[in-house]
This record gives sequence, C-alpha cells and structure tokens, in this order.
Amino acid sequence: MMKQLAEISWQGLWKNNPAMVQLLGLCPLLAVSSTVINGLGLGIATTLVLLGSNVTVSLVRQWIPKEIRIPVFVMIIAAFVTAIQLLMNAYTYDLYLALGIFIPLIVTNCAIIGRAEAFASKNPVVPAAVDGFMMGLGFTLVLVTIGAIRELLGQGTLLSGSDSLFGPVATSWTIELFAYDNEFLIALLPPGAFLVMGFIIALKNIIDSAAQERAKKSQPAAKIERVRVSGAAE
Amino acid sequence: MNLLSSPFTRQSLKTHELMRMVILCCIPGILVQAYFFGYGNLIQIALAAATCWGTEAIIMIMRNRPALRITGDHSALLTGVLLGIAVPPFLPWWMTVIAAVFAIGVVKHLYGGLGNNLFNPAMAGYVLLLISFPVAMTSWQPVAALSQHPVGVWDSLQLVFTGFSADGFSLQQVRMTIDGIAAATPLDTVKTDLHQGLTLDESMLKPVFGSFAGAGWEWINLAFLLGGLYLIYRRVTSWAIPGGMLISLFVCSAIGFAFSPDGTASPLLHLFSGATMLGAFFIATDPVSACTTVRGRWIFGALIGLLVYVIRTWGGYPDGVAFAVLLANMCVVLIDHYSKPRTYGHKEAR
Repeated sequence: MMKQLAEISWQGLWKNNPAMVQLLGLCPLLAVSSTVINGLGLGIATTLVLLGSNVTVSLVRQWIPKEIRIPVFVMIIAAFVTAIQLLMNAYTYDLYLALGIFIPLIVTNCAIIGRAEAFASKNPVVPAAVDGFMMGLGFTLVLVTIGAIRELLGQGTLLSGSDSLFGPVATSWTIELFAYDNEFLIALLPPGAFLVMGFIIALKNIIDSAAQERAKKSQPAAKIERVRVSGAAE
Repeated sequence: MNLLSSPFTRQSLKTHELMRMVILCCIPGILVQAYFFGYGNLIQIALAAATCWGTEAIIMIMRNRPALRITGDHSALLTGVLLGIAVPPFLPWWMTVIAAVFAIGVVKHLYGGLGNNLFNPAMAGYVLLLISFPVAMTSWQPVAALSQHPVGVWDSLQLVFTGFSADGFSLQQVRMTIDGIAAATPLDTVKTDLHQGLTLDESMLKPVFGSFAGAGWEWINLAFLLGGLYLIYRRVTSWAIPGGMLISLFVCSAIGFAFSPDGTASPLLHLFSGATMLGAFFIATDPVSACTTVRGRWIFGALIGLLVYVIRTWGGYPDGVAFAVLLANMCVVLIDHYSKPRTYGHKEAR
C-alpha cells in the first residue's frame, strides 16, 4: 500500500507532472504565473479542487453510468470551483481580483478532468485522494517556479503582493533583489511565460536523460553466453 | 569571338560568400545612417556583431561542433549587423547584448542552428527588445542637423555605455531638437498628428520631414535600396520577396491614400520611411526563414507589405517591419505547401 502511494506521488510530482509532462492546464499556467504569489494562489486553488473532485468521483464511481460520466465529472468539478471561488472572494479578496477570470476557468483545466477520468473513476478513495493532491502539488510547484523566474526577471522581486494571500502580516515579506530602471516587460507578458516554460521542460528532460545514463552505467552489462556450435559433431 | 557550348555550369556562391556579399551591400545604408544619426549605430553594429559572433562560437563549442569553421560562414555577423542597424543609435549597451544573445542562442540555435530556424533571428531579437523596453526602443534622436546638442564619437560611446554624454546630457536631453521638442521619428509624428486630427499636409510641414519623406530617413532608405538592387543584380537574392513586399505596400497605401488623402500617410512616405527598404532587401530575404518556392516568395513578400501597412496605420507601434516579418515567418510552411510548383509530366494535385 505505502509503495503504491509513493509511486502515485512520484508520478504526480515528477514523472507524469501535469504541467511539465502532460502539458495540461497550460492556459492558467501561462496566464497567471507572472508572480510567485499569483502562481501559488492559483496552484492552491487548483490543488483543492483536484483533491475534492478526485475524492468525490472515486466515492460515486459505481453509480455513474459510463455514457454520461463526463458531464457528471464536470458538474462535480464546477461545484468545487464555485466553492473555492466564493472562499477566495471572502478571505483573499485582492488575490481574487488579481486572478480574475482564471479562478472560474479552473473548471476547464484539463488536468482536473483528466485525473477524474484516468485515475479517480477507476480507483478507491485513498489512492484517488493522494493522486489528486500530488498532481495538484506538482502543478503548484511548476506554477511557483515559473512565477519566481518571471517575477525575478521582470521586476527583480520575489513574493511581491504576498499580503493578498497571507493577510497584512505578510506585507514585509517582499524581497527586492535588484531594482530596475525599466522593467524587463517580456518576462511579465505571456511570451515570457512560454519561454520560461520551454526552458523548464528542457531542464527536466536533461535531468531525466542524465539519470537514465547513470542507471544504464550502474547496471552490469548482460552476460552473453555462447553456445558452442563448431566441433560438436564427431 | 567566344563560342560557348553546353553543358553550362552555373557558379553559385557559397554560404560565407553570400553572407559577406549581403553585409557589404549594407554598407552604403550604414554610412548614410551614420551621416545623419551620428556614430551611435556604428557602435551598436560593432557591439551586436561581436556579441552574435561570440555567442555562436560558444554555442558551437557547447554542441561539440567545429566552432571556427562554422562561425566562419558570417551568418551570425550578418544577424548582428542587421540588429545593430535596426536599434536606436544610443540604446544602452546591455539591451543590444541581450537581443544579440537571444537572437543567436534561442532563436537560431535552439531550433538547430543555421538552416533550421523558423524565425528571422535579428528581427526576433529586435522584437524582444521592442516588447520589453518600448520607451528605450523608440527613442531615436533627431537627425544631426536638427539636434540641439551635437554628439561626437566620445559622446556616443558614453551615451551607449553609461547613459550620459561626456557633457552630462542624458539621452532625453540629447533627443531635444533645436526648438526644444523631444524628437519623434517621421512615422511616429505622422501617426500622432493624424490621430490628433491634423491633415497629412499640416503634419508634413514639421522639420522632421525632408523633401518627400522623413528628413534623413529618405536618404537612408535610398541607400539601402541601392545596396539591395546590387544584391539582386549579383543574383544573391531574387526579385520575388522585395518586389512582392514593396508592390503590396505601395498598393495598400495607394488605396488608403486615394480614399483619404488627408487622413493616411502617402505611399511615398511609406516606401521611404522607417525600415521599409532595409526590411525588403535585407531582412525579409533571409534565405532560411523565408519561403523557398518562387510563387511562395511573391506571396510571402506581399503578406509582409500588407502587414507593415496594417501595423503602421492601425497598430500600436509606429513601424511594423519586424512584426510583419515574424508573422509572415509563421506562414512560411503553409505558403510553401500550397505554392509547390508542378513537376514536369505530372498533373496539378487536386
């Protein structure tokens, strides 16, 4: 059981990462990853929806007729998104305004319906919950990484606007690493997101191929056994 | 009398000869530009070319290719030269370096190096800067004759590398014209004036305009036209792309001008302002990122001309050659697919 859960986690965080490998949910990924906090906010919201929808779909999977499963999944996801949207409206209003249309658009994030269809509708509750959480975490990590790179390149800061997510305590959390006379706008605009995303995927591929190379080296070469064919007959 | 008999062999230029020829044909335009806008562009060209060449060499070493042999084909130098011509003369040096590294490192080599890049590297580098630093990238100073503070070699170097001239004038002060107004390029002036309700004739009375297009700019464009015609004469490039682009730009602007002679820029102004001639003969004709079929090249050129007109007239930027070339680069595969020539003996594919 633990081994299976560990495997599920590894799949979500690295091997089958929704953002880097499945390339799902690219629209919100590219649109709101202009700062760390925006990325973190959307990442948390997506993770919560993913967790909720995976658990619910897994619970009711026996009673959903195959023919209408997609509309049912969409309605379950939409219910969770609505709940998250209302919560963000109530508690993190600035972030709610900053993310704007991309909160309701979580419904259309293919990563979520993809996990409901590919995993939660075929597995019991506990693995489904872990899968949803880890996939969401993998998505969030990529969002935060892209957000950090873009924020750093674009305006030379990290964690700017963190009070919109963590409340007034966090006003002083903003780190200004260097000051620009003119902002490096392309990093903050969508083209920058595409470029950073491309470099992150390339980096992952480099790491993977290096790991493969190492695994190949550490494995002893297969022994070739020869069968003597000549000189056997007398 | 010499009698020639078949078979005839045609001597085609090698890549490095071709690239060198294109660079040499840029020289008249560069010299005229330096005459009107001072030494800034010469510094930018040297800086961009050196950075492009260095980046190419480093990436070739990283890719385990023979660095010296491949960088000897001058293609990176050409990218740098075109980039240096296109940027404003007193752009801060690090912006030029960023654009040059991006052009060679990302736009050219991430796609596989010379011959594999989808986009024109010089223009992609230029657009990166234009999107990132719109103010700096549109800060052209007035032509030397109109300038309040003439700038020498030493001043130019200081402006590019520190942002202030030797006398302590900032770039914005250097950009002041004699009458104390920060200069705008002719295309920019026309756009703003037409937007404010002036007629074209009223706008053309301003000192940034010369006898038929922008002061200085008209001669720069003529010089690039001259270099371009020589390229075509030597068969380095074909008529198709520059012809298609200039004819299409002329037709579009003539239609606009016929309908609203006061409210749009004249065809002459379009043809001899901004980067029209540089773009038509030196940038759009990049053999790698342009179309390969003859019919396709006419379409490609015409598409660029149309896009330049659209961006200049209704877009947010005063000039649109760089965007037009990149947008047309995206259509190259499609255009090539539908303009394949019929093979002799085969029917037209249906």
